[in-house]
Amino acid sequence: MSMVQTAPSYLEDGHGLASWLLTRDHKRIALLYLVSIIGFFFLGAIFAGLIRVNLLSPQGDLVRPQTYNTFFTMHGLIMIFFFLIPSIPAVLGNFVLPLMIGARDLAFPKINLLSWYIFIVGGLFTISAGLFGGVDTGWTFYTPFSSIYSNSNVVLTVIGIFIVGFSSILTGLNFIITTHTMRASGMTWFRLPLFIWALYATSLIMVLGTPVLATTLVLVALERVFHLGIFDPSRGGDPIYFQHLFWFYSHPAVYIMILPSLGVMSETITCFARRRIFGYNAIAFSSLGIAVIGFLVWGHHMFVSGQSVYVGMMFSLLSFLVAIPSAIKVFNWMATLYGGTIAFDTPMLYSLGFIGLFTVGGLTGLYLAAMGVDIHVHDTYFVVAHFHYIMVGGAVMGFMAGLHYWWPKITGRLYPEVWGRLAAIITFLGFNLTFFPQFILGYLGMPRRYHMYPPEFQALNVLSSAGASILGIGYLLPVIYLLWSLRRGQVAGPNPWRATGLEWQTPSPPPTANFEAPPVVREEPYSYPTWEAQID
Amino acid sequence: MGAVLPLFPPVASTYARQEDLLFYFLVAVTLFFVLLIFGSIFFFAVRYRRRTPDERAQPTRPNLPLEVAWTVIPLVIALVIFVWGAKLFFVAMRPPAQAVEVTVVGKQWMWKIQHADGTREINALHIPVGTPIKLILTSEDVIHDFFVPAFRIKRDVVPGRYTTAWFEATTPGTYHLFCAQYCGTNHAAMIGSVVVMEPADYERWVRARTSPVLPASAGAVLFQRLGCSSCHQTNTNAKAPALAGLFGQQVTLADSRQVTADMDFLRDHILTPGKTPVAGYPQIMPTYQGQVSEEQILELIAYVRSLARAERSQGGS
Amino acid sequence: MTESIAGLEHQFETLEQQHEAGWLGMWAFLATEIMFFGGMFTGYVIYRWAYFGAFAAGSKDLEIWAGTLNTLVLICSSFTMVLAVHAAETGERRGQIGFLLATMFLGTVFLGVKGYEWTTLFRDHHVPGIGFHFSGPYQNTAQIFFSFYFALTGMHALHMVVGVGLLTFLLVKAWRAEFTPAHHAAVDIIGLYWHFVDIVWIFLFPLLYLVDRHR
Repeated sequence: MSMVQTAPSYLEDGHGLASWLLTRDHKRIALLYLVSIIGFFFLGAIFAGLIRVNLLSPQGDLVRPQTYNTFFTMHGLIMIFFFLIPSIPAVLGNFVLPLMIGARDLAFPKINLLSWYIFIVGGLFTISAGLFGGVDTGWTFYTPFSSIYSNSNVVLTVIGIFIVGFSSILTGLNFIITTHTMRASGMTWFRLPLFIWALYATSLIMVLGTPVLATTLVLVALERVFHLGIFDPSRGGDPIYFQHLFWFYSHPAVYIMILPSLGVMSETITCFARRRIFGYNAIAFSSLGIAVIGFLVWGHHMFVSGQSVYVGMMFSLLSFLVAIPSAIKVFNWMATLYGGTIAFDTPMLYSLGFIGLFTVGGLTGLYLAAMGVDIHVHDTYFVVAHFHYIMVGGAVMGFMAGLHYWWPKITGRLYPEVWGRLAAIITFLGFNLTFFPQFILGYLGMPRRYHMYPPEFQALNVLSSAGASILGIGYLLPVIYLLWSLRRGQVAGPNPWRATGLEWQTPSPPPTANFEAPPVVREEPYSYPTWEAQID
Repeated sequence: MGAVLPLFPPVASTYARQEDLLFYFLVAVTLFFVLLIFGSIFFFAVRYRRRTPDERAQPTRPNLPLEVAWTVIPLVIALVIFVWGAKLFFVAMRPPAQAVEVTVVGKQWMWKIQHADGTREINALHIPVGTPIKLILTSEDVIHDFFVPAFRIKRDVVPGRYTTAWFEATTPGTYHLFCAQYCGTNHAAMIGSVVVMEPADYERWVRARTSPVLPASAGAVLFQRLGCSSCHQTNTNAKAPALAGLFGQQVTLADSRQVTADMDFLRDHILTPGKTPVAGYPQIMPTYQGQVSEEQILELIAYVRSLARAERSQGGS
Repeated sequence: MTESIAGLEHQFETLEQQHEAGWLGMWAFLATEIMFFGGMFTGYVIYRWAYFGAFAAGSKDLEIWAGTLNTLVLICSSFTMVLAVHAAETGERRGQIGFLLATMFLGTVFLGVKGYEWTTLFRDHHVPGIGFHFSGPYQNTAQIFFSFYFALTGMHALHMVVGVGLLTFLLVKAWRAEFTPAHHAAVDIIGLYWHFVDIVWIFLFPLLYLVDRHR
């Protein structure tokens, strides 16, 4: 069936810088975000590269210790606040959410654009802190080091993070309201694609958690500037209070970073196994469950801080409980692959890699949740390996899966499949070589945030750094071939993957108003044809 | 191989042996699920690969027993790990009564350690095999963390309060001591050694040190010099409570709360007397903030604790 | 197509959908504000439990008449806001302008009284930081009370300033007669924001000003 295009695609609808910088179209805003977060990703990656080069030798004297400390701080801040948190929601979510629910745009397009500008302003503050010598507190800003002792640009950085938090809040608000009020006719809650459920759960966390980070940062800034004493023991303050406030947001924040990827998986696995999802309700509710329980586990970062043992036990128990919904998702995806007809296009390769690496990352979380073991591995490279398996092996691979999956819809072009698969495989191998040795290093006792280390740790560090160079290639390749595809890629039709979902029922790239007429939904999601003799 | 590519830390304490058991169990669980998932992926990828472009999948049918199974079984495994981990944690948090105390003051970027007999060490801790050691830790500045991988123990070292940790070494040797809470520029240089010695060797080491001053004795001298004795006399008077026998007792505060006179209490009352005023006394005690170091506070506390012991031995024997 | 309906934005199908989205959006935004103030309230509660004496002393130092006056002022301003919303519902332009001005006036009075209080505290050296001095036994820990006082009332005042700004925006639109009984969602929604800022103060007042006052 040919689509008679009466309206120009969103890419053609207005030319010139102003039409992009003043756009209200969620699809253009998604691209503004895409360009920005890719920039931040490579900035954060440069810091990671410098860290890994420094750690090639036990003396770790590539740079002065103070400089190294600013490297890991900037790496963490940039990757978390300016890449991971916005990545899937602000790029893929912004682009795809209205399409998936059959709407013309998000509920608040102007607020959507505002969120991008806020993101940029926050980024500029943080980058300027870097240019003025950086900040050396670690992304966790523990007091009293950050509030009293550090001689770096704490306040400037904290302002930048405070600002970018509002970008997160506005995006979350937009997604929640849009999902509630703008679903197409017939699109009931339980006919929504699971990606929407994941974005909704993510948005709940963004909206409820981020304000607490704002409060925390305000208090740190006030303490630093006005010497208040809230976190200063010599003035009756309590530095542990900071940790509670900080982790109350920052633990749910990690679920902001992973839930959207978990949502992408449900889209890619159903499409490339061409089979209806197994356990739709379980996956939908598990996303909400993770969001809720995720707010109740923050104390597992503080088992050795002097926190009460009984409070610690509550946090430990809840941390084990929050692992169960994630496990359920993995099993549901496996049950979807079973009996499917599996194609190994790039999104599927990234998805299979995701499942494996997320499983490892999730299981190693159990080691940290077990209080008795956490005593040993807390604040070592074991933790670093754990969260990189989830954030990089999980969230970033999920982002790559989604980016490749929706690339034809976003650009109207197919990327070169051979290069896509090659990059996926290189990334998977490079990732494991980089981060698996770090589990061993951690259990051996190498602490985090060390620029130098005892000589016997060198071999494992060298392996890790070697892996990082391979991983870097795995990330550079997509930049090259995706850009190439914009001009030279095969033209994609409306539905190159023959996928279900409303986003594939409109041209690639879509017109500005998304649909010619508001769609009406009559089917359950993921209604792929089966071999049973029945009316499909 | 161990020197070039070590894969496992030394096992040098009673706790290390116990903790490693849970670790092995976790590794077994990890291996099981990793093999299950990776294996299934591989198997499905081969078995269910798309052979023709229009091939269709099997219908998706609900399977409640399967869903219940893969919810309940991981839950049970998780709870087992939780209980085991919590029990281990209690062990780590409960020093045996006969543990020998060692005080540790961390500061940017060194460890200042004092044994119960007054011996001082910097960035090193010599201990005998088989004797439980209880560390009392505090910081002069930012939060640090006392970490000995070979013992599998770790505890944050916090300014403004005392934290405790304990271990019993089982194997002679020299082991790494790391600071494991980022504390500024030379965080990675805030390292040292824990030297575990056979009891005989340890005795020889102790005797070879110059005669140290007992913390309580040093504390007694400070108590006079700083003027504490002018108000805190042998008997309770209107100005200040007597300190003999105070340590470990319940104290009533001005706002009617009851607290235990532990080390944190004594430290607070030396540095910030007005923070939690005691009932029944005028708030006239001056603050000693800035006049005493963390080590001196520990000596004063040792002195006050010794008063309790003297009272009991006078009355009891 | 749908542009012919006055005030209907392009992404919505009906005005009803648009209103529902606006309402829900403001409630969701207020939830974020609760979380924001909640973090500071939690800290206040913890430290008050730990240092009750110091907090009682600090609280007694505040001028209760100023706090009480401000409470009354804000409650009245919420009343005038309700009247402004009613005027928008019934299409009375003069009522809208009058009550919006009254609300803005009362909000400004609040900020003025707050400014006076802060100046007094500054003069008495009760502003935390270098130069803080509080006579009596609670010298050290009273600073924490005042830290929370300034952080909480400062954040609240900031929200009041934003509120007055939003009311100015409404005033301009009301002056231009842009509100009709069918289309006045902005007044409803900003009214909701104003009531929320008022409620935050209702919590702040007893927590800060009335500690141990019954004695």
